[in-house]
Amino acid sequence: MSRRRIGLALAAASFAWGLAASVAHATDISFWTWRQEDKAAYNELFADFTKANPDIHVKFESFPDENYPTIVSTALAAGKGGDVIHTHAYGWLEQFVKAGYFEPQDLTTVPSLANQPADALVAGTYRADKKVYSLPFASQTLGLFINKDVFAKTGLTPPTTWDEFITVSKALKDKGIYPLANGMGTSWFNEMFVAIFTNPFLGQDFVSDLTSGKTTFKDPRYVAALGKLLELRDYMPPGFEGIDYDTAGQLFISGKAAMLAGGSFDIASYRTQNPAINMDFVAPPMAKAGDTPQATKFFDGGYAVNAKSANKEAALKLVNWMGTKEFGDKFSALLGNISPIKGVVIKDELLAHVAKLNETAMPHINVVYFRFEKPTGSELLQGDITKMMSGSITPDQLAADLTSGLAKWYKPFQGK
Amino acid sequence: MNIGRRHTTKAFPWRRSLWIASLLTPALVVMVLFVLWPLLSAFRLAFYEFNGLQPIGFIGFENFRKVLFEQPYSDWTFNALKHNIIAFVALMVFENGTAFLLAYALLKALPGHRIHQVIVFLPVVLSAVIVGFLWKLFLHPLFGLVNQTLALVGIGAIPWLGNEHTALGSVLFANVWHWLGFPTLVLLAGMQRVSKEVIEAARLDGAGDYVLMTRIIWPLIAPSVTIVTILTFIGSFNWFEIPYVMAGLTGSPGGATDVLGLYFYRTAFGSTTTGIQDFGQGSALAVMMFIIVAGVTAIALRYLRRREIEL
Repeated sequence: MSRRRIGLALAAASFAWGLAASVAHATDISFWTWRQEDKAAYNELFADFTKANPDIHVKFESFPDENYPTIVSTALAAGKGGDVIHTHAYGWLEQFVKAGYFEPQDLTTVPSLANQPADALVAGTYRADKKVYSLPFASQTLGLFINKDVFAKTGLTPPTTWDEFITVSKALKDKGIYPLANGMGTSWFNEMFVAIFTNPFLGQDFVSDLTSGKTTFKDPRYVAALGKLLELRDYMPPGFEGIDYDTAGQLFISGKAAMLAGGSFDIASYRTQNPAINMDFVAPPMAKAGDTPQATKFFDGGYAVNAKSANKEAALKLVNWMGTKEFGDKFSALLGNISPIKGVVIKDELLAHVAKLNETAMPHINVVYFRFEKPTGSELLQGDITKMMSGSITPDQLAADLTSGLAKWYKPFQGK
Repeated sequence: MNIGRRHTTKAFPWRRSLWIASLLTPALVVMVLFVLWPLLSAFRLAFYEFNGLQPIGFIGFENFRKVLFEQPYSDWTFNALKHNIIAFVALMVFENGTAFLLAYALLKALPGHRIHQVIVFLPVVLSAVIVGFLWKLFLHPLFGLVNQTLALVGIGAIPWLGNEHTALGSVLFANVWHWLGFPTLVLLAGMQRVSKEVIEAARLDGAGDYVLMTRIIWPLIAPSVTIVTILTFIGSFNWFEIPYVMAGLTGSPGGATDVLGLYFYRTAFGSTTTGIQDFGQGSALAVMMFIIVAGVTAIALRYLRRREIEL
């Protein structure tokens, strides 16, 4: 071998050594989520993060939604799991925090917490020590989807009050269109359905009375609001008891139904499935004209750092970046979700309208206040609401079941 | 020769023991790791209180007391248990009853019996998830095959899986469709073992099909009936896949299709949309399910084996 060749080989070897060393110094962290469908968007976001932090690479790993709690809890119990974990909020998060699986976040470790509004932070805060464990990522709004083309074709105007809703629904039904696409075939959505239509009849005062212990779900305001749901049965598709939320979505986007009680989380999906759809998302019917429009709002979850992560510093760095306006702007644009980060600009017209609805929205009562202990409000309500809608129990019975079930752990309800 | 043989067995008994041990060890390790250890863990966890996802203290039978005597858990437990019992009775009558008749028809070797045998057994090879999904589509209130067919004769949309009174029946029907071939095959195998002379003799004595089935075939296939009964019982009390796919984790509507398997899973592992995980109560349910299945199976086996001898 000539000297020149030896020299070249040595140079190549040192280059490879240097490259390997630089790669070895890079930190690989993983992000665990149930949002399999968001892979492309997150990978784009993580590429931006790596551009700003070349020494950290983020791997997106997703798991089926239904098994996500099991997979995450099993992994964390074994001291494994992703470095950053996508969490649900409120009670779901609390059980993981109680077990010591997540790292607390504060303004020193995650300065971008300062960009979050107070009601968003509640969703990621452990009630016992008042510390934040999960940086909130999106607010979800529940309301009424309107198929504008169907209304234009029938010459009707989308309703704003309950009475208008009933009148318009009768007219739509006469024209052979399902007024409301929803059925009762999806348990998790049934709970949202209740929140959407009852909240405008309940108002913020009811929430204050409920959470301060002045009243229970047996309150006549709640029972009367539940009674209103029974009026909807005439305007839902035939066999509505067995129609699931996916079918309802299909009926709506195909124009077979004029309205759909749904969540802002489906806007992007409906547009993908029917790019030609001309839809609006409005507050559900108000109790009477002149009331404040009241959609329902809750925070979906957040980003937590695994307490056993070997790369805690890098993980906190990523979470901090996920709380910046830069991330929030792109997140909202790519995923059609409303980021709670202050100052985020939402360019999409419909999404901006939804964000506006949030200003006067009511909290999703069960999700925000009654998912912390067993039996959860969700378990109790999801079990009873189909019975009430099929007529086998009354609104009074549902309200009593909900109150007595929650009284097992919610002290203000005990003895009432 | 004799001395040599004695020498081998006496001098190297450990070789034989080692050989036996080497054959038993892999199976034993698998059994201990994947059956015994989880079972003992569940027993242990059933006596612990959980704070979030961590056991925090021994609480004796408190988890059992809750799931059996404290509302609303006790209501949910007995509701699920009731559905398991209904499933067992319904499957015994409809699935195994039909299987007996089908097996007898196949035994008679009527024209086309071979293709019918394949058709009857075909759904058994499908995954329960596929069968559940398929029947969920067939039973869809608006677009399903069943309602579309009924609409031809003027019957309106029936929410098969959404109505409390029809949901469990619909899920059971899908289960019967899925598994019918298995008891048919087991019973047919039993019938084929019955001596032809016995059947011929009965025929010569003037026995018709009914008498032949009830007086000759039925008593002589008792061992097959024992197997089918025990497997149906175990299957009914461990029922999970088809109700899960067709009615969801909550056993909708309103718990009308809830069974112990679903209730256990929901309690132990929670669900994103209903709530939190409780390994303590979940383990208590699992232990109860184990006691019911193992206990009743042991008693039933004893009784059915005795019956086989009597018959």
